[in-house]
Amino acid sequence: MIDRQNSSDSESSGVTRRTALKAVGATLGAAAFAKAISPLTEWAAHESIDDFLQKHYRELSPVDMAVVLERIAQDTREDYGAEVEVADHRPQPGVKLGYALNLSICVGCRRCAQACHVENNHDRPSGNSYIRVLEMEKGSLDMAKGNVNYDGPVPKPDKFYMPVQCQQCDHPPCVDVCPVEATWKEDDGIVVVDYNWCIGCRYCEAACPYHARRFNWTKPRIPAAEVNPHQSYLSNRIRPQGVMEKCTYCLHRTRDGRLPACLEACPTGARVFGNLLDPESEIRWVLAHKRVFVLKEELGTKPSFFYFFDE
Amino acid sequence: MNPSGFRFTRLTPALVVVGLVWIAGGMWLLAQEARSPAQPGGGHMAETSTPRAQPSELRLPMRSAGVAQPRVLTDEFDHHGDPVYAACSTCHATREANFKAGLDLLPTEFHQGLRYSHGELNCLSCHNADNYDTLRRADGRALDYQNVMALCSQCHGPQTRDYNHGSHGGMVGFWDRAKGERERNRCIDCHDVHAPAYPRVNPVFPPRDRGALEQLRREQAHSANPSSHRHD
Ligand code: HEC
Ligand code: HEC
Ligand code: HEC
Ligand code: HEC
Repeated sequence: MIDRQNSSDSESSGVTRRTALKAVGATLGAAAFAKAISPLTEWAAHESIDDFLQKHYRELSPVDMAVVLERIAQDTREDYGAEVEVADHRPQPGVKLGYALNLSICVGCRRCAQACHVENNHDRPSGNSYIRVLEMEKGSLDMAKGNVNYDGPVPKPDKFYMPVQCQQCDHPPCVDVCPVEATWKEDDGIVVVDYNWCIGCRYCEAACPYHARRFNWTKPRIPAAEVNPHQSYLSNRIRPQGVMEKCTYCLHRTRDGRLPACLEACPTGARVFGNLLDPESEIRWVLAHKRVFVLKEELGTKPSFFYFFDE
Repeated sequence: MNPSGFRFTRLTPALVVVGLVWIAGGMWLLAQEARSPAQPGGGHMAETSTPRAQPSELRLPMRSAGVAQPRVLTDEFDHHGDPVYAACSTCHATREANFKAGLDLLPTEFHQGLRYSHGELNCLSCHNADNYDTLRRADGRALDYQNVMALCSQCHGPQTRDYNHGSHGGMVGFWDRAKGERERNRCIDCHDVHAPAYPRVNPVFPPRDRGALEQLRREQAHSANPSSHRHD
């Protein structure tokens, strides 16, 4: 985690979004380039000059940031008719956020996925959510055999249910493949995306072994009354078309000490959340006392999301 | 409004029947809806923004704040026309306690329609024969209804331990308790005391993004060749 932070901090690598775009354009030719990024062209038309000229998140001064946040709130007012407050929630010192999910308890009701949809201002027509719940055969932990299209009543006797979202890996393959450093891992372990920097190439989506990243194919549609006004730059502000997005453990809540929306929505109490660096935390108790495992451990991604069974 | 009203009315047979019809109707509606193809925009938007009541008996914790003292609905009405609830002792102070009542001898004369399936327990394993307005501990001492958690924890050690470590029973509020409070459920917010098995439910929010389905298919193809996932 630490070295990842350092390597991505060194912006001196000289890769910026604009140089990357230029390089790709040079090899493809302008027309082919336009075609290659076709989902982006519409996005580019939407994007204001201010957006395009904005600095990388980590180069913004506090004054820059205040201006950017105000601009986003204003755009949301104009585009969605909703009054929102966009903040920039920063990692808390001494905190590494971790999640654990009890597979003996989860019944597969999908209320977590629904709560995510609402909390994170997802596009309503496509029913997007950062959480996908897999119905699994008892005795198998192979994600690939999971079925997302199950219906009720649940739980079925020979099945168990496994919600999957971003695992906030310590070695995130999605971060490694980003050509413009629009995604990185923060000090509290959260892997974030700067939506204003992302070029929408979707390499990260392909690289994620957990299928946890989503692409905004369209400009999200959300009725004004349903927009969650409590927003953060790196999390649930309404994303532009043509960029990647992902679960941030609801950093706009969790960096204020609150529980994530998916946990609060869980009617079964299957989810445990807390600070992995605090030996007294409940999540540390789970790690010490339960049979815990991570998904696809063999890939060496080192998730901060754990699954467990009661004995 | 008496917040406990809902709970106790399930003892009234007529209401139980109405409830069953409602439940069955709800299931049917939900099944229909699940089958209908996704409409662009409109209809489905409403579904996600206003979660509808579940046809199952899933208890949504935090909303079912129970009362300290259970009472039962009688046939009487007060002068406002509101139904009258009676304390347990109203009848039981004068009735002989029946220690045999339980799974094999459910009440028929009163408390009809009680759903009951809790191990081999008799009614008076938990209810206090000396004072029906209280519960009974394993050691025979009385226990107030508010302290129901202490009743459950006597017999369910592992779940109680997990609950005390935040890994059973859920919560709402703050994980960082230096920053704020959190609220816990009681055991009986999720488990019906008399039939505590967690109910089966109809899932909400069926996945409808094509991406999800495509990805899954791709994932299936990939898994035939897991080495293609390696990145380091
Ligand atoms: C209107 C009178 C009445 C009220 C009020 C009443 N009960 Fe009863 N209860 C009865 C009768 C009559 C029976 C016996 C039913 C049978 O055996 O068919 C009974 C049986 C029981 C039994 C089975 C054991 C036994 O002694 O028969 C329990 C336990 C019980 N009641 C609990 C309660 C509780 C708890 C309350 C308060 C929430 C309550 N009752 C309120 C009339 C009442
Ligand atoms: C595992 C302990 C336990 C057993 C066994 C048990 N009860 Fe209860 N009962 C309770 C508790 C606790 C409450 C209070 C529930 C609440 O506050 O919602 C209660 C409430 C009641 C009530 C009030 C209304 C209601 O339905 O919630 C009645 C009537 C009742 N019990 C009757 C019975 C009868 C009859 C039996 C045996 C067939 C029985 N109980 C067995 C623990 C038990
Ligand atoms: C006097 C002991 C006793 C008390 C008190 C008690 N239980 Fe139980 N409970 C049992 C037994 C015995 C079983 C059956 C276990 C089995 O079948 O393996 C059981 C089963 C259960 C189950 C599993 C049900 C199933 O069908 O899978 C739940 C959930 C449960 N109890 C919850 C509670 C709650 C909540 C309370 C407090 C209101 C409570 N119990 C109080 C003894 C008790
Ligand atoms: C937020 C809801 C919730 C609360 C609160 C809760 N439980 Fe549970 N409990 C569950 C669910 C869900 C299951 C698993 C159901 C299943 O088997 O699919 C469960 C399972 C159980 C079981 C059965 C375990 C087994 O092996 O079958 C017992 C016993 C139990 N709980 C007791 C308790 C006790 C005691 C408390 C209070 C200390 C409590 N529960 C509080 C939701 C809850």
